[in-house]
Amino acid sequence: MSAMPTNPHDDVPHFALKEYGIGFALSVVLTVIPFWLVMSGAQGDKTLTALVIAAFAVVQIIVHMIYFLHMNTKSQGGWNFLALVFTLIVVGIVLSGSLWVMYHLNHNMMPMPGMHEQP
Amino acid sequence: MTTAPSSAIGPNGPDPTGPKLTGPGLTGRYYELDEHDHPEGGSTLLGFWVYLMSDCLIFAILFAAFGVLGSNYAAGPGPKDVFELPLVAMNTAMLLCSSMTYGFAMIGMQRGRVREVQTWLVLTALFGAAFLSIELYEFSHLIGEGATPQRSAFLSAFFTLVGTHGLHVTFGLIWLVTLFVQLAAHGLTEANKRRLLCLSLFWHFLDLIWVGVFTFVYLLGSLR
Repeated sequence: MSAMPTNPHDDVPHFALKEYGIGFALSVVLTVIPFWLVMSGAQGDKTLTALVIAAFAVVQIIVHMIYFLHMNTKSQGGWNFLALVFTLIVVGIVLSGSLWVMYHLNHNMMPMPGMHEQP
Repeated sequence: MTTAPSSAIGPNGPDPTGPKLTGPGLTGRYYELDEHDHPEGGSTLLGFWVYLMSDCLIFAILFAAFGVLGSNYAAGPGPKDVFELPLVAMNTAMLLCSSMTYGFAMIGMQRGRVREVQTWLVLTALFGAAFLSIELYEFSHLIGEGATPQRSAFLSAFFTLVGTHGLHVTFGLIWLVTLFVQLAAHGLTEANKRRLLCLSLFWHFLDLIWVGVFTFVYLLGSLR
């Protein structure tokens, strides 16, 4: 007697050429633009270029998630998505926490002018 | 919640002919106490996904280490001196193409054609091997120039992050070859299909990590 609403075994994604084609085309565009921005040396403001490149990376990662990894909120009864959200939260804490703390550490360890004169 | 259907309780009290399990306080809840059968491999994909997520955490830590140490050159070579972007662009193209060819293999699997799957697997392996060769060439070139992992914190973090990714691709390749042999021996059985699905997740996941590597290590490093 099996009253499971969804059998995980049948929960295999459908593979379509169209989906892979869209993912590939988007990835090529999202890869070529950042490389061109850096390699052409045409960038004016470096901070702005860095932000644009990072944004392209985030978009490309989402494209890979949807079109290559077939991620959605329903596969495996939603557990896949839940694990992903949990991981993203931990990754966010690890990355932002490390960078934030270590940046301030470096900043505070900077030798100050007149530091050696203090008792 | 005790919401019994109104049909169960008529004007003259409970209806004796109605369903017995819908009295007040008895909703349609039941407990399965007996061991029931789990289909073989029914939870493999979820388990493999959880493994990938833990792998994701490893890479997150390595990215964080690179982010923290990435500008400590110890008066050694910086990103502009050691990174060759045309080589990285070629590497990126190799990995992206291998993702695409693996996609074709999955479509072949869906159609149930072993030959097609094997052909695309060979192409995927070739692209993966090309990626690894370019990366090994880059590493040997760097080490030959004296930019070894021991040189500075920047180079240690760089070699650890990119090397770990390369190691993952190496193991992916070994898995791919093993699966090729399995397919030749047993065809597209249920177990082999499941393995192909797991490897597809692994392979696309590595491509996804590479997006982070080429953006945050190579491109942003070259911008500095």
